[in-house]
Amino acid sequence: MNGNGQIHVNRCDFGVKMTENKELLRIEGLRKDFGTLQVLKDISLSVGQSKKVALIGPSGSGKTTLLRCINHLESPTGGHIYLDGDLIGEEKRGVRYVRSSAARLARQRLDMGFVFQNFYLWPHLTVQENVALCPWKVQGKSQKEAMDLAEAMLEKVHMAHKRKEYPERLSGGQQQRVGIARALAQQPKIILFDEPTSALDPELVGEVLGVIQELAAEGRSMVLVTHEIRFARDVADEVVFMDGGLVVEKGAPADVIDNPSNERTIRFLGQLRG
Amino acid sequence: MMEYLDQFAAFLSVYPAKLPQWEGVLIRAIKTTLIVTAGSFAVALVIGVLLALARLSKNALLRGIARFYIEIARGVPALVILFLLYFGLPPLGIVMDAVPTAILGLGLSTGGYVAEIIRAGIEATHKGQREAGLTIGMSSWQINRYIILPQAARISLPSLMNTLITVLKDSSLASLITAPELMLRAKAISSTDFLPMHILLLVGAIYLCLAIPLSQLSRLLERRMFSKLGNRM
Repeated sequence: MNGNGQIHVNRCDFGVKMTENKELLRIEGLRKDFGTLQVLKDISLSVGQSKKVALIGPSGSGKTTLLRCINHLESPTGGHIYLDGDLIGEEKRGVRYVRSSAARLARQRLDMGFVFQNFYLWPHLTVQENVALCPWKVQGKSQKEAMDLAEAMLEKVHMAHKRKEYPERLSGGQQQRVGIARALAQQPKIILFDEPTSALDPELVGEVLGVIQELAAEGRSMVLVTHEIRFARDVADEVVFMDGGLVVEKGAPADVIDNPSNERTIRFLGQLRG
Repeated sequence: MMEYLDQFAAFLSVYPAKLPQWEGVLIRAIKTTLIVTAGSFAVALVIGVLLALARLSKNALLRGIARFYIEIARGVPALVILFLLYFGLPPLGIVMDAVPTAILGLGLSTGGYVAEIIRAGIEATHKGQREAGLTIGMSSWQINRYIILPQAARISLPSLMNTLITVLKDSSLASLITAPELMLRAKAISSTDFLPMHILLLVGAIYLCLAIPLSQLSRLLERRMFSKLGNRM
């Protein structure tokens, strides 16, 4: 067991007193290789209940791969992911870990909303159907319940007025807000945002960040891969700087962004400021 | 010149006398042609969807079987398949009427083409669409059912309509295994009435009249598809 695991055990020892800082997501020694390329080299992270963690770092540092490994869109090469104590995508048999069934992984993914950089709304469904599909067809709610829930979620992202439209008729910012509503509709424990504003025209970034900020204020747990450093500083409880498949520095935004200690972090932030 | 026109008029003058006589037979034959066409296209659609999914599956065995089938179906003439079924199955104890045999044979053959059309439609949907389905907890079956196939169907629709027209014309092959469809009846009439040109022209016109609405529909659908894709860019 590595250092992070130890911290978890210690926390548990505090019991009730620590419930406010209850751990929600734990990443233990995560590795991911693509062929001979090591994209993630031993990543360990912990996200507490209601916490917002921002992943920043240069392109190719492994942020997106890390996010995709959390819900097993990519199968990790090594290491383990726990959500709310539940081992994701694997089962422990004695001392061995075996891949869990597709059905179990699918159920676990329901607990993790995922927001894509390129939205990936389904073009043959209306906005409302996009959001209702999960509660309706996956969670088995009635069509009416699912559509009502979808409308409520669209309300949250200020898109209810476009519910009858098809995605192609929406701007990028609007599509992304629908993408967020779709993730909300599955009533996840945590939301994973993969560069939610990187594919948007600059003037559309604000409306999406605004929605994410509102969700953050509701106390939702989230992991956010982003290049919006100022937004990360405003919203995140913790900022994690990654480079070369490793966590280089992590801590409170004020520390990592305003007073970085690592040379690589300093260089990265310096480049962003130009 | 006048000579030819007279001949042509004489040629046409046969129709008013003969049409009432042929009408009943031809209408029944048209029905059979439509049944063979619709039936074999339905068989082809089912086979095509299954083959397309198998062709794109992670399972190497399924992929291999699908590829093998598609190569055979595309490489062997439909007529050979019809003969094999019609004359080859009875000795094995499987006896089917001509119409079901035609539906099965043309369906099996066309299924190979339909599979490739649907595969192209599936591959045209972005990988991200499937991933988005995974993130909302869907099984791959649900993703195919609710996300991929509805889109693939739309993309494939114009090509599928063309295939339907081909099937309509290929249904004439069923005459060679004695299915009582348009072509078989035409041959029968032409040998009893000794008017082969008259009946062939008429039957050709009937096929054309059945095919034109289909090709119009396919053009309409194609235009709608393009305008949709245009908006998406």
